[in-house]
Formats: sequence, C-alpha cells, structure tokens
Amino acid sequence: MRPAYLLLAGAVSAPATAQTVSVTVPRLKVAEYHRPYVAGWLEPVSGGPARTVFVWYDVKKGGAEPGTKWLADLRSWWRKGGRSLKLPADGVSGATRAPGTYQIPLPKNLPTGEYVLNVEAARETGGRELVRVPITVPGRGGSATGSTELGSVTVR
Amino acid sequence: MRLKTVLLAALGAATLAAPAMAHRQWLLPSTTTLSDTNQYVTVDAAISNDLFYPDHVAMQPAQIKVWAPDGTMGAIENAATGRHRTTFDVKVDKPGTWKIGTEMSSVMGRFKLNGETWRVGGRRGPPPAAGAGAPQGAPRVQSVATPAEIPAGATEVKLTEVMGANAIYVTAGAPSEGVFKPTGKGLEMQPITHPSALVSDEEGQFRFLIDGKPAAGVTVTVVPGSKKFRESEEVQELTTGADGVLRIKWAVPGMYWMSATTMDAKASTPRATERRMTFTTTLEVPAP
Repeated sequence: MRPAYLLLAGAVSAPATAQTVSVTVPRLKVAEYHRPYVAGWLEPVSGGPARTVFVWYDVKKGGAEPGTKWLADLRSWWRKGGRSLKLPADGVSGATRAPGTYQIPLPKNLPTGEYVLNVEAARETGGRELVRVPITVPGRGGSATGSTELGSVTVR
Repeated sequence: MRLKTVLLAALGAATLAAPAMAHRQWLLPSTTTLSDTNQYVTVDAAISNDLFYPDHVAMQPAQIKVWAPDGTMGAIENAATGRHRTTFDVKVDKPGTWKIGTEMSSVMGRFKLNGETWRVGGRRGPPPAAGAGAPQGAPRVQSVATPAEIPAGATEVKLTEVMGANAIYVTAGAPSEGVFKPTGKGLEMQPITHPSALVSDEEGQFRFLIDGKPAAGVTVTVVPGSKKFRESEEVQELTTGADGVLRIKWAVPGMYWMSATTMDAKASTPRATERRMTFTTTLEVPAP
C-alpha cells in the first residue's frame, strides 16, 4: 500500500471538485444488533493496489480484545489492502455508525481513470455484504444497493 | 487393532510406496487470518477419512512445531489429546505469516532373514496394554527400528526413505514470505497465491519443488471439508504443470485439505532405493 500512495501522489490528479460517496447503514430488526464495521475502498480498473477511503470500526474498545480484532471480518477489504493499513489512519478510520446515511468525500488527489468503489459491511452476530459501484474520476458517478447489510451506495 | 491390521496389510503389498491408507492427516486452525499480534489461534489435529471430522485417531502433539515469521521457533500451548483429536493453541505475537505443523523423515522397508520377513522402521504398534488382547494367531512381523540394525545375513533388503510435511499457515496483519523459503530438500510448496489471499472465485496457484527445483507432474489431492452438507465430496485430483505450478479452481468456499505425494529414486539413505515425499496443508478459502 505505501509505495502506491507515493505513486498516486505523483500521478496526474483530478480537479479539486472531488466526488462524494453516500453510504446508507440500514436499520435492521434483529434480536441482537451491533453497529457494523464498514470499509470503503477504490480499486483502479486498470489494476494496481486498492486505496482505502474510509473504515469504521470500534475504535474505543481496548484490552485483550481490542476493536481492531474484528477488522479481518471485512474479509475483502482486509485482503485487498486493509491488512497493510496502519490504524488508526488519519482522515480514513473512524467509529462505527448508527443506521443512517453518511456522506464521505472521495480523496481529492485521485489520478483520473476508471475505478470501482467497494463498500463492505460486517456485523457482529450478523451478516456481511459487499456493494460495488463502477465510477469514473472525474465525472461519472454511480449507484448500487445492498440487500441485507448495506442500503444505497451512491457516488456523485 | 485396526491400525495394526492395516499396517500389516501394507507390508504384504507389492510395494511399500503406494499409500495403502486412505486416512488423511489434517490440521485445522480456528482461523488463518488475524488482524493483530495479540491473539491466539487454536488448532485441531487428527487423522480421519472425512475432512474435517475427527472420528478416528488423534495426532500426537509432540511432533508439532511452530515457525515464526522472523525465523525463530514458537511453541504450542495447552495441548490436549482426546479420543479422536488433539487440540493446541499458538500465541501469534509477531506480525507476518506463521507456519505450524510437522516435519518427519524416516526409513521404512523390509528384508528377509532365514526365510522370515522382517520390517524396518515404520510405526510402532499399539501400546502393550492395548496389544494384550491381540487376536490369537495374528501374523507377527519382527522388526528393527533403523537400517543400521539390519543383520549381516539379511537378503532382499528393500528400503524406502519417507519424507513428510504437514503444515498450516496463519497470518497476523500483512502476509510475509519467510516461512516459504525452500530448504532445497524433498517436496516443498511455494505459494504464488499467498494462503492468506485465497478467495473462492479466483484460481489458487502453488508451485511445488523437489530438492528446490520445480516439480512437474506431481499428483495433488484437493478436498474441501464438510461433505455432510452436500452430495459430492468435491475431491479434485490435480497435477502440477511443467513449471511445477498447481492451479486450483475452488468448488465451494471453505477449508480445504491439499496433499501431494510423489516418489523418486533419489534417496540419500544408504541401501534405500526409493524416496516417498508428501506435503500436506490446510487452506482457508473464503467466499469473495
């Protein structure tokens, strides 16, 4: 991941009018509810390493079983780069969110091109879902909707 | 007693090389992926036909070794041997990829002395207490432990060098490659797809080496666990390519047992004419 950041910083960047992703964490009627861990990342369609945009986890829980323990449950994100991200990451990681819709700006310095925005949610005693939205930077957004653990994921 | 009978049957077979037992030795980790270095992985170890159902014989914990990512040796904790399986824990306190398992090397075979068949090495029979009730008239095969003990008058000496490894890989944080460094001896596996990066909709690729060189034409058995929950065992018998690479398309997500066995004539033990090499691992293949 680290060399990729350097590469990305050196490449042609999109204009400062960055796109925004809105992610809906659905309200679920279940006996035991815990807020999901959610990660969003961009994969360049032309290949190359993924870039984490945001990751929400239990940042406060410490002790023998800290909140970081379950980050690997976001199994696609973990494999695509989460495992080499040092947490907490400034501007990237944050606390879990209650059901609702959240706006997250995409990074301003993204090289132009085709990407797939991935959003993955995993919930303790619950399910896991991955939603993928193909986008172009700059310009074309997109939208997709999860069926269980995620609501709408929209890039504008 | 069943184990002994099977061993005797194996001795009677035309060649010791053929794996006479279908039983599969397996190690099953509670997970292969940990997000930090403050955790334990707990492992089941057993020998059985169906994966990963412990219903036959426990593995012996004394033979388990732990290789840490930094090249040092770790240790197992809380080992307990039950009727059908052994369990133990490993404290994963360093980042990177760990290897946990067994490595063994021995010589097996047989010879004739005054018209009687003797065997060399191999497994010891059941402990005396269990053997006390042996059926009357069961064939008794005399044995020596090592080739050095073969008497001078022995004829028809046939010795096989046996090398076997069974290892699992557990990764804390980002994966590392240190534990895959080949020793250059026997049959070894070098992942192209790192065991921590497997996913059921992508091909898994592993290079097999014999004495450090790509091993072409090696037969590898790949079996997913939990066959009770589907019709087919989904076993695949695959062969490595000219470059020694095995390519696996996963039938289902799950834990997989992968085992390669091959023979050659490059035994290093004096008087041994052949060498049997086995490499076994358990792979975790998540859904995408």
